[in-house]
Amino acid sequence: MSDMNNNNTTENQNIVTETQETVNTEVVETVDAEAFNLEDEALSKLESVEDVEETAEVKKAPSKEKTSVKKTKKSKKKEEEEEVYHKPIIKRRKPNRSIAGDIFLYLFLLIVAVIMFFPIVYAVESALKPLDELFKFPPRIFAQNPTLDNFSDLFVTLGKSWVSFSRYLFNTVFITGVGTAGHLIVASMAAFVLAKYDFPGGKTFFKLVTVAMMFTGYVTGIPNYIIMSKLHMIDTYWAIIIPAFAFPMGLFLMKQFMEGLPTSLIEAAKIDGATEWTVFSKIVMPNVKPAWLTLIIFSVQALWNNKASTVIYSEEMKTLPFAMQQIQAGGIARTGEAAAVLVVLMIVPIAIFIFSESQILETMASSGLKD
Amino acid sequence: MSQFLKDYVKVKKHNFRVGVKRARLSKACYFFLAPYAIIFTMFYILPVVVSIVFGFTYYNILEAPRFIGLQNYVSLFLEDDIFLMAIKNTFMIAIITGPLGYLGSFLFAWLINELPRWVRSVAVVVFYAPSIAGNCYVIFSVFFRGDAYGYVNAFLMNTGIIDTPILWFIDPRYMLPVCMLVILWMSLGAGFLSFVAGLQGIDKSQYEAGYMDGVKNRWQELWFITLPNMKPMLMFGAVMSITQAFSVCEVTMTLCGFPSTDYAARTIVTHLYDYGFARFEMGYACSIATILFLIMILCNKAIQSMLSRVGT
Repeated sequence: MSDMNNNNTTENQNIVTETQETVNTEVVETVDAEAFNLEDEALSKLESVEDVEETAEVKKAPSKEKTSVKKTKKSKKKEEEEEVYHKPIIKRRKPNRSIAGDIFLYLFLLIVAVIMFFPIVYAVESALKPLDELFKFPPRIFAQNPTLDNFSDLFVTLGKSWVSFSRYLFNTVFITGVGTAGHLIVASMAAFVLAKYDFPGGKTFFKLVTVAMMFTGYVTGIPNYIIMSKLHMIDTYWAIIIPAFAFPMGLFLMKQFMEGLPTSLIEAAKIDGATEWTVFSKIVMPNVKPAWLTLIIFSVQALWNNKASTVIYSEEMKTLPFAMQQIQAGGIARTGEAAAVLVVLMIVPIAIFIFSESQILETMASSGLKD
Repeated sequence: MSQFLKDYVKVKKHNFRVGVKRARLSKACYFFLAPYAIIFTMFYILPVVVSIVFGFTYYNILEAPRFIGLQNYVSLFLEDDIFLMAIKNTFMIAIITGPLGYLGSFLFAWLINELPRWVRSVAVVVFYAPSIAGNCYVIFSVFFRGDAYGYVNAFLMNTGIIDTPILWFIDPRYMLPVCMLVILWMSLGAGFLSFVAGLQGIDKSQYEAGYMDGVKNRWQELWFITLPNMKPMLMFGAVMSITQAFSVCEVTMTLCGFPSTDYAARTIVTHLYDYGFARFEMGYACSIATILFLIMILCNKAIQSMLSRVGT
């Protein structure tokens, strides 16, 4: 019974929402447990679950028919048993939780969440404050008369400087865009063969990549500079973009996720006469879209905040975080603009994360490191 | 003995020949791997080798590197007081923020796991945002401003805890604690996401089985069911947080200045940058990089062997 259920859940993973899934598993499992002469606890659970189910069943896709047939049988069985036990229904999903503990822990969670988010809210709000409110003391968290002046000031004041704000913005966007796209392609190609083929050297190479995750770019910063100067890449965009292609965590996450793809899918395509490249571009890549987004978020996060001050010297090729530093060095009068740049810098990674959260979490589920 | 050696060589030769044959058959694989492998070797493997080699030389970019043996390491540990201070600071930061950030990531991931779906996704954004917010930590320099109008100072003075404002980022006594606070704020990163996702993936029937077998409270459930299931994610999170904990430099450089008062906020990476990109003593900087590399790898290995015993 549980086998069938598992099949169903995997098949309909995309269609059925999560609550419904948990409902299904719980129903089947509790019924299993009945065989072991389960008492009121499980019964009550069955009860509470059944309520949700009725509403859920209406929306369910036709492919769910099998399970719903099964369920009607089950509900009959349940009704019979209900006549035997006339016990009050306790609607608790988890029987081993104390209410006091719940309240305490969630209160704690709420307080920490407020503290964690406060600086970000404060940063956004100070970007929206006009100058007189910025220096008000005691401070207010929320702006009284929110304006977008600080953002337009960025373009105005920096428009007069030697390198305009839009140029800094373009540099950052260009580096992030090209670096992320290249990283996605290069890392997925490598991840595909590492995950799905067994060839000499493959496993060793992957081990090297996991070791590379254990040290940061700071370790390799100095030698990288020497290597790049030998390749004449210093003071070009490529000094940041090319190393970003081989970001080890991207390959790692992609490979772990691709291992979850059924090998039969690839074999079937092979039998139909597909080349390796067709298999990769037409079958594997469309199936790992959640992993794309994960690679994108990590790559964007790394590149968007890249100060690049050690490998790029020309002012017109410097990036936005570097410009931010200079604006902040401008002192008190630039406080509003500094806050505005801060918001520009942080809004992009956070926005990408918010829009792709569920896919990213789906990928991270396979991120485990086995030894 | 010679017979054994002969057999050994024979087996190795055979294995090698089989390997070559298989490699020839899987040419396409190497084509796919090639772009990544080349860039990876170039910018991730080669630099490590280069830094180990240059660590034994005197090299200032203009002149050709000159071999000086262990001189760099000797002067690092025996003559360079600032480096010893950097090591002390880095370890202080790593020992406090690393484990706390790691435990925090797990604790919060575990707590939000049971929330309803939409609350959970909001909570994930709230907790994860600081680590992807880029330079947002700069905002802390407003909170901890050194004059009486800095919010923290004003608060402490109004409540009567202090009577003169504290120069948070200039006074060596307060630099590191404040920086640690900021680092902790940013420490719920990729490991946290991995935990959240991993907790979602645990088979629910295991919990049901746990209720039957008499798991009494949430802590027993955590130790006997959740943690053993999470082992691979715990490993991943550990790697992430160790790497992060030892590579602190941007926060201290931005908040406390570079160089900071009395070098009180100097870390290994800051020292590395000082010698590499300010003084261009590449040989010396490479030896620092090698030490940092060894510290990171050894710590990771040690923690991994510790974690493999969790929940047993």
